[in-house]
Amino acid sequence: MSVTELVDGVLSGNRRYLARLISLIENEDRLAQDALIQLYKHTGKAYVIGVTGPPGSGKSSLVTKLTAEFRKRSKTIGVVCVDPSSPFTGGALLGDRIRMQEHSLDDEVFVRSMGTRGHLGGLSRAASDTVRVIDAFGKDIIFVETVGTGQSEVEVIEIAHTVIVTDVPGSGDDIQAIKAGIMEIAAIFVVNKSDYPGADKKVAEINTMLDLDPRERAWRPPVLLTNSRTGDGIAELADKLQEHLKYLKDSGMLEQKGLQRSREELQSIMKYKLTQELSQKLQGKPEYEKAIRMIAARKKDPYTVAEQLIAEFLFSEIR
Amino acid sequence: MSSSKKIRVLVAKPGLDGHDRGAKIVARALRDAGMEVIYTGLRQTPEMVVRAALDEGVHCIGLSILSGAHNALFPRIMELLKAEGVDDILVVGGGIIPEDDIPDLKKAGISEIFGPGTTLQEIVEYIQANVKL
Repeated sequence: MSVTELVDGVLSGNRRYLARLISLIENEDRLAQDALIQLYKHTGKAYVIGVTGPPGSGKSSLVTKLTAEFRKRSKTIGVVCVDPSSPFTGGALLGDRIRMQEHSLDDEVFVRSMGTRGHLGGLSRAASDTVRVIDAFGKDIIFVETVGTGQSEVEVIEIAHTVIVTDVPGSGDDIQAIKAGIMEIAAIFVVNKSDYPGADKKVAEINTMLDLDPRERAWRPPVLLTNSRTGDGIAELADKLQEHLKYLKDSGMLEQKGLQRSREELQSIMKYKLTQELSQKLQGKPEYEKAIRMIAARKKDPYTVAEQLIAEFLFSEIR
Repeated sequence: MSSSKKIRVLVAKPGLDGHDRGAKIVARALRDAGMEVIYTGLRQTPEMVVRAALDEGVHCIGLSILSGAHNALFPRIMELLKAEGVDDILVVGGGIIPEDDIPDLKKAGISEIFGPGTTLQEIVEYIQANVKL
């Protein structure tokens, strides 16, 4: 398959090509990067919503209900859901589709599951580029569902415009609510399973945490109660999401986030390319191996050698 | 980088059949063999199975059925795959399937049928040996 075929296929709305391209991205195939280069100018239109929270807090169910709600509002939907890969075998059980059956034959909904494949931070390495190609494919809203998160998997904020943090009644005391990390990235808090005892207490704890936030914020994250089983609170949540998007646009935050994202992405790609280039150039070089032995024998120190090798192999041609 | 290629398998239960213990155990075994397993849950129509397989970019579909409707559902899934122009996905089945039915299912394009008593290792090895990456 050629790059042109892939790119044309995705842009013309052929989901087979979209699925194929995502596989290439996951496998770090060279073809994927060539396709991404051509698709880049067609991206940046979708509203990306991150959904994160502890395992079993109802993320998949919430995404399913929100998908139904936004389909009623004539939006097309993409979903990227990440589940953990085994650190021992690399295998993964991806079960988020189970909840999403009601949309499985809707042509306007595209769902893709992925394993973390060793990546930390709550997403997979391929997640960000996958969101990008679903964006180019033309979906209006893309949900990114993270693995069940603990406290510090906050990477989703880098690719989502709005992050929903889900929690459930009875999950830890008020100290949990004032810890740093995941509680700080939410634009909207959702206390799911609102029919369970302690739901109101959970809402109050999160609100108390927000009262103590010293940051001057024009957007105070609302705390909403939902029930993914009955659908209670889902329409209100969809309204809040649209409100947040409007706030991001009106306040100039959207533009600011876009710049920040581009800066971080450029830096990370440059870093990656430099590292690749350096290791390629050092590969099998006798002076490299010799330096390693000298360092191990304490005849040289790694700090000086690193600077010397970088100067010699990476920057010698540039000078 | 072909080293990062992983076998992706869809484990599906087509039709009206609520017994998924076996499917879950097989899913777990495939996971432990290093594969990425997409489990879709109960009561899938052939259309849903094929849509999920294509969107998820799987290399193999594992169908589990204990309801006796395999002679209708398995060939239907193969027809839908064919209509989509797919010939590179390995399709295997398992469950309560009489010996006499197996030749026709294979003729319809199911590569292998695993009945009761099959070891998990046999299933894993069969998929690893026959899947097209």
